[in-house]
Amino acid sequence: MLCEECKSRPASVHVTKIVNNQKVQQYLCKECARAKWEDMGFFMQPHLSVQSLLSGLLSGMEGTQVGTSASAQLTCRSCGLPFSEFTRTGFLGCGECYNQFNDELRPIYKRIHGDYEHKGKVPVRAGGRAHVTRKIDMLRKELQECVAREDYERAAELRDRIRALQEELASSDGNGGS
Amino acid sequence: MSLKDMIRRHISGWMNMDGPESDVVLSSRVRLARNLKGRKFPNRASEAENLEALAEIEQVARGLIESGSLLLRGARWVRVDQLQPIDRQILVEKHLVSPQFVQEPANRGVLLSADETVSTMANEEDHLRIQTIHAGLRLGDALDLASQIDDMFEASLDYEYSERLGYITSCPTNVGTGMRASVMLHLPALAMTNRLSGVVQAVSRVGMAVRGLYGEGTESVGNILQLSNQVSLGCSEEEISDNLSSLTRQLIDQERSTREALARDLRRQLEDRVHRAYGTLTNARILSSQEAIGLLSDVKLGIDLGMLGGLDSSVFTELLILTRPAHLQKFIGRELTPEERDVCRADLVRERFRIDGLKE
Repeated sequence: MLCEECKSRPASVHVTKIVNNQKVQQYLCKECARAKWEDMGFFMQPHLSVQSLLSGLLSGMEGTQVGTSASAQLTCRSCGLPFSEFTRTGFLGCGECYNQFNDELRPIYKRIHGDYEHKGKVPVRAGGRAHVTRKIDMLRKELQECVAREDYERAAELRDRIRALQEELASSDGNGGS
Repeated sequence: MSLKDMIRRHISGWMNMDGPESDVVLSSRVRLARNLKGRKFPNRASEAENLEALAEIEQVARGLIESGSLLLRGARWVRVDQLQPIDRQILVEKHLVSPQFVQEPANRGVLLSADETVSTMANEEDHLRIQTIHAGLRLGDALDLASQIDDMFEASLDYEYSERLGYITSCPTNVGTGMRASVMLHLPALAMTNRLSGVVQAVSRVGMAVRGLYGEGTESVGNILQLSNQVSLGCSEEEISDNLSSLTRQLIDQERSTREALARDLRRQLEDRVHRAYGTLTNARILSSQEAIGLLSDVKLGIDLGMLGGLDSSVFTELLILTRPAHLQKFIGRELTPEERDVCRADLVRERFRIDGLKE
């Protein structure tokens, strides 16, 4: 396929732009794509916001799970946000949207972040289970140190606390903890 | 208002070019996005719901200010709709709030620390956006500070958090750590040698974003680029900060070696350019913002290469901010047409260089 701009070199870059909700697709050669890119203010695209990137990404995923007509009909049961609005704006409506649209969002995490598991900070109050697990790890370490220096009284105390925390975890599992 | 007063009142901590690597790195910023549990995100919520969320955050913020914590000594809480439009714009020009934030001022507030190192927006895209900004390359310190402010808020607020996805944000591009780390870089030598577009390509290949001086949707001026992380999920806050720092160090090395090569091989030409820029800035009677920033960039390069003895490089960041439209109007004390602004800008620049002039 030839570049749509110069019509001489082979097209190697696929550009998708969302302008006022209209998708414009262009196939360009490297040179023309670069010229266009530089036209738009050196190398900054004036309207290249995270949202437009995201909606560009979503519209490029037709045929995958995100683009199916079934997911276009989805609506968040908690805040009423239609999934189609998210694909247009890039904004979700509430925390529950993440659960309601989980299947649709997973490929997006993968493409933006390359991963779907949080590995960072755990908040103290909202952290819940993660905090308990972390606490258990700390106590286990301390327990080993106590055993090493033969402080069995303290070790027994720690063992009981670990047990209690593990039971707490197990019961929250039973409740299907989030 | 005198220029010295203006500088005293309107120069935030980050603009004193006293940070590490300040020949290349103007500032380091960290932003953490947080949302309140069970509440709709600001874009989706009704006006009444946003007002409720604002009241909840404001109460906590005021409590933190009164708690006497050292970090927030002398801090203030401001409701955006109670600010004059010009004062809202001033916050944007100082990089303390986003342009989008002041466009719709209703039900929005901001917590500002005394030296403006900490600014926390309420009801922007997310309920809370905790930001810290330091001069020079200090991402780790910016992260520590943001995290401490975060802990202080979390002690009284329930966050929307999932064990699997981390901090829940209004846009899934921020989910996980909710963190965006960014550095503002001055890369005149790479620009002069036409290597900036290569930098942009290389940087985007390693998952970082590149923007101009005023964030999303702004063009690059004054050879200033902002680099920031795009990935917020699947890595820790420290990893994000370390990755961006090490990428920044590579760019610092490239910029410095290019400066050295230019100063060695094209010394006369470079000196000529720097001194012409200085000459224009100290003599011009009309200066557009574009022209001023370009010339200031040359002068900053001259200062960093020791070609302009006696000048302090904080002149650059100061004037970068003070010559923006809202700051100029604040300085003059009335609204100005674009033509009047260009005249005032030239006056202000000349006066600033008179205070802190060249010693030859």
